[in-house]
Amino acid sequence: MSAVLAEMPETATPATTKAIAPSKGGRPWTFYVLATLFAFYVIALYGPMFCIYVLSFQDIRGGLVFPMKGYSLHWFVDLFTQVRTGDVKGSFDRSIKLAVIVTIITVVVSFLAGLGFRRRFRGDTFVFYMMIGSLVAPGLVLGLGTGLLFQAFGLNASWYTSALGAQLSWTLPFGVLVMFAVMSRFNHAWEEAAYDLGASRWQSIRLVMIPVLAPGLVAVALFGFTLSYDEFARSLQTAGSLNTLPLEIWSMTLNVTSPSLYALGTVTTVVSFVVIGASLGSIVLIQKKRGSRAKG
Amino acid sequence: MKSDRGDIELAGVCKSFDGITNVVDGVNLRIADGAYCCFIGPSGCGKTTILRMIAGHEDPTSGEIVIGGQNVVGLAPVQRRTAMMFQSYALFPHLTVRENIAFALRVRGQSKADRLRAADAMIDKVRLTQFADRLPAQLSGGQQQRVALARAAITEPRVLLLDEPLSALDEQLRVQMRQELRRMQQELGITFIHVTHTQLEAIALADLVVVMEQGKIKQAGAARDVYAHPHDRYVAEFMGGQNVLSGRVEKVNGASFTLSQAAPDGIEVPLQARATVSIGDIVDIAVRRDDVALVRPGRDLPPGCTTSLPSRVLAIEYQGYFVKVMLDTVPDDEFVAYVPEKTFFADPFTVGDVVMATWATGSALPLA
Repeated sequence: MSAVLAEMPETATPATTKAIAPSKGGRPWTFYVLATLFAFYVIALYGPMFCIYVLSFQDIRGGLVFPMKGYSLHWFVDLFTQVRTGDVKGSFDRSIKLAVIVTIITVVVSFLAGLGFRRRFRGDTFVFYMMIGSLVAPGLVLGLGTGLLFQAFGLNASWYTSALGAQLSWTLPFGVLVMFAVMSRFNHAWEEAAYDLGASRWQSIRLVMIPVLAPGLVAVALFGFTLSYDEFARSLQTAGSLNTLPLEIWSMTLNVTSPSLYALGTVTTVVSFVVIGASLGSIVLIQKKRGSRAKG
Repeated sequence: MKSDRGDIELAGVCKSFDGITNVVDGVNLRIADGAYCCFIGPSGCGKTTILRMIAGHEDPTSGEIVIGGQNVVGLAPVQRRTAMMFQSYALFPHLTVRENIAFALRVRGQSKADRLRAADAMIDKVRLTQFADRLPAQLSGGQQQRVALARAAITEPRVLLLDEPLSALDEQLRVQMRQELRRMQQELGITFIHVTHTQLEAIALADLVVVMEQGKIKQAGAARDVYAHPHDRYVAEFMGGQNVLSGRVEKVNGASFTLSQAAPDGIEVPLQARATVSIGDIVDIAVRRDDVALVRPGRDLPPGCTTSLPSRVLAIEYQGYFVKVMLDTVPDDEFVAYVPEKTFFADPFTVGDVVMATWATGSALPLA
């Protein structure tokens, strides 16, 4: 075969083989170009965040810009003890509580919407667009409107009423969209089989639908939590007198001039990672549990 | 009022989904207790809808469904004591084989120990013991079918309904699982109703074959009856193995009549069940493909053959124990002879040969 190739005139070998096929020496030049491009992408994505994290570990002499001045956890302590930095602890508390409430409502409502849309019904397309339509409204405007509405009804704006409502207008449509994607892979014959075997409607939801859809429900929950936890635009005009964490960070950027601000960034990132890790971990756990039971 | 009998009677059953067209249109049928019944027809003929109505997943628009002497319309599947095996099985993906099979007992509130013991007994019966702790996704198609069968059978139904149970399997496994279905049916001693669109499957399995077209039953009877004595052109063509010819009645003489055809003497057909034939009627007849003999022009016809139609060989297919010879005997319809392998190769034809297609007069069957 190689002898035949050797006899062939130069022009017969296609030019492209040079670039794509791994030659004797190593990778084609395109690999190095694309790898460099990817390296820049990663730097652009994580570089800014990394600066914040690094600078938050300075000691008491620390400033807002490089170079690094010593290493300590001073600014983390400062964050939770100093009154002048703002109500970090309180706002963090509120944000977590709010995110949990939003998550629960989002999961329950999205699941019920998924159940409702198992079969087609008159006007289902209209109902669907009504549900996700609010996604196109700019968050700031929607928050402003929510604030106005509460004022018109004579209600006090607060994080657990108006801000909750404004955030749900953001998380529910997302939750419903994710849920629909999850439901599209649910085989309705499973439900019929459950009914055929004598399960009540509630039993077929509890014993078949929820366990089968569990990974999808965790995904909806994760969406709800993270969207709520760092939600800013909709909360700005609706949180009332007590700030949520993103609002607190924002106000700190206006008046705090110490690395406490960076320490806060580090802490919130850690919390986000913990939540995401817990969610993905629970999905893996669900699958692993099934697998191990299967192996007996 | 409760009965263990699994005999089924369908009386005037109609089903319409849109209120205009009937998917199932006035079906009357009696299925004996412990029978293996196959519904067969092209897709959209209403066979699956009938199955789902018997199962209780669909309510008839009108008519009665009686199981063991009790009208079951409006009852849930468990109250009917029917169980269904779904197309592609619908096994619960998050439960092991054992838990899948025990599901029906779990929702009845049986204790865990009891239901797992019962499930294990059933697992034994379908020979899946070593797979009891696997998930459905870890099983082959044939094993999944056994799980589905066991899961349905554990409810101790009077009637087991199977919706195209073999369609998800490959050819070889299909033949094997077909036997297993029949074995299980005999072991359980209950009525099986099986929907299929494969003729071979139906006649291989069923005590009662029900041929359907557009929501109506065209013929119901024993497999040999339906295959060898089709009522009409539709059944003959659908079940296969028959040549269908049509022609005008030329003369009627006592026990037979003569059909005008391209053949010089017409086709002589025994009258049989078809009592009234008058001259001028257009009549369909069926001749089994394996009853057709082919002789070279000018040779003597085999004894008992009065009809011979000159034909040209269009194509030849070797099928192993017989040879399929396609002929242009009838202008617009297929005409095929199944010639035994040894007969064919004693004096083989080639494409384009002219032959005389003939058959014993008694084997021509007039159709309705």
